[in-house]
Amino acid sequence: MPAVGGTFIQMEDEIASMGAVIGASWGGVKSMTATSGPGFSLMQENIGLAIMTETPCVVVDVQRVGPSTGQATKCAQGDIMQTRWGTHGDHEIIALAPNSVQEMFTLTVKAFNLSEEYRTPVILLSDEIVSHLRERIDVPGEVELVDRKEILHPPFFSSGNESPKGMPPLGKGLAVSVTGSTHDSAGIRATTSPEIHRKLVEGLAYKIQLDRDKITDFEATGMEENNIGVISFGCTSRAVYDAIELVAAKGIRVAHLRLRTIWPFPEKAVCQLADLVHRILIPEMNLGQLSLEVQRVVPDRTRVIPFNKIGGGIAFTPAEIASAIAGNLEK
Amino acid sequence: MILLSEDLHFARRYLREEALPSTFCAGCGLGTIANCFLKAANELGYNDLRQFVFCSGIGCSAWIPSPHFRADTIHTTHGRSLTVALGLRLVRPDLKVVVFGGDGDLTAIGLNHLVQSSRRNLDLTVIMANNMIYGQTGGQVAPTTPLGVKTSTTPFGSYEYPLDVSRLVAACGASYVARWTTYHAPQLKEAIKKALPKEGFSFVEAVTQCPSIFGRRIGKDEGVEMLQWFRENAIPISKAKDMQEQELADKIIVGEFVNVEKPGLLRKIRASKGEREVD
Repeated sequence: MPAVGGTFIQMEDEIASMGAVIGASWGGVKSMTATSGPGFSLMQENIGLAIMTETPCVVVDVQRVGPSTGQATKCAQGDIMQTRWGTHGDHEIIALAPNSVQEMFTLTVKAFNLSEEYRTPVILLSDEIVSHLRERIDVPGEVELVDRKEILHPPFFSSGNESPKGMPPLGKGLAVSVTGSTHDSAGIRATTSPEIHRKLVEGLAYKIQLDRDKITDFEATGMEENNIGVISFGCTSRAVYDAIELVAAKGIRVAHLRLRTIWPFPEKAVCQLADLVHRILIPEMNLGQLSLEVQRVVPDRTRVIPFNKIGGGIAFTPAEIASAIAGNLEK
Repeated sequence: MILLSEDLHFARRYLREEALPSTFCAGCGLGTIANCFLKAANELGYNDLRQFVFCSGIGCSAWIPSPHFRADTIHTTHGRSLTVALGLRLVRPDLKVVVFGGDGDLTAIGLNHLVQSSRRNLDLTVIMANNMIYGQTGGQVAPTTPLGVKTSTTPFGSYEYPLDVSRLVAACGASYVARWTTYHAPQLKEAIKKALPKEGFSFVEAVTQCPSIFGRRIGKDEGVEMLQWFRENAIPISKAKDMQEQELADKIIVGEFVNVEKPGLLRKIRASKGEREVD
């Protein structure tokens, strides 16, 4: 980091790391931290502080087997719901799921850009397999960056449909009041007013909900009328690619939706897929966290087929997924 | 409306008018601590607080800067003010960062960060208001509660030895450590005056009265009674050196624990990057 003008510090724990990231962001720089499941759990309270104070920052969570110490260093995809609801209270969150080393790069850039645009923490939801991959990547000569915009007059914080397009700088005599307590759009604490609280918390949600379609990012292949669809993300999607080739040899065509955005949930794309296929197979390295969300949004939840594998960090093989695809065609 | 007339109290220029009158209880010592801090800033030549950022956590003491001070303030989660302050300080060496916190915030839930910040000799000032109890949340026992005191969670008297916070911070390597009480307001102000320009971690412990929640549990429910208690039980550190441990039980040792010149974290980081050390 010093070589590129940055600062690195190893904090005493993940609670402190998340705090330092928030402090640095208010200092005017782009800041991030990285961890895996247990550390991500420790960060949750301060992620809530970042959401409430509208602090741009990036948190990388490399998913591993849980709960608790579980199986350290072994791969899992069980933090889908921790990412969504890990911190208390109503809120939205943005989470991106890379499936390659190249995407670890591009989605990190994207995570920073989204965090600046929406003034919110963005989670880069990776997994142990993707994060331990070694692959060649292309680093573009120029990267599109969203830089911090300074605002010098209130409103400094969201309220209802109004969200400021920038952040007040510290050290310029603005007397900025940043607080995790309920506050009005100028930042002044209002811990008893139901109206100010409702407007603030709705504002924090609206700024992301209203741009859901702009934020959500996915890769869709074979999106035509089909017998079966597959929704995947992260390391599991790599096995799905190979499985699609395996079943293609048997004449089975698969509509595949690979999610790069997990939150906000790409509801529109998932419903479009549901319109095309009879069944949706969802392979994931947990007991059905993404399946639950798909079941929530599609018209007929009985057509959603969870396909789960946990423990040992053993990824799905293409053959396993191919046989699940073939085995669910006629049910 | 903002009034700025020569007749006003000197502190008014540093305060958010809209935050007044303060919500602190009658007889509370936090106003004295705020006053000492602002007097110190004033005497050091700060005409306003625009160079400062104040970080605080949860508890009454966190409210000294936020909402009262007309300054940039970051009101964080319980116990984590020092972590946010560190992140800010590392990227903004141009700002003065001051943390206000209580004994519950800084020495129970946040103790790890206090220890680590002292060890790092992190360049900022901490003003810790020690009222020996969790005041805001209803009088639960704190790591600083004296033995035997009945609190809402120790109805038969506290059975835990209290933490000597200033001695701990001194042992961890801070550049400056002092403890005074709200009875010793002039000395407290002088300590803050020394702490603010200090390189590295400077820590001022202000033992303070909470008559509403702590005082009434020890039979002193008036602020003045508690101030008298501080006066009678304060022992200067120079005198305490020659006293036995038994004699010092229930006493409050006041004075400067540490005052040394020592490179702070910012200088250490610059040096590690190969930048020439500037004396």
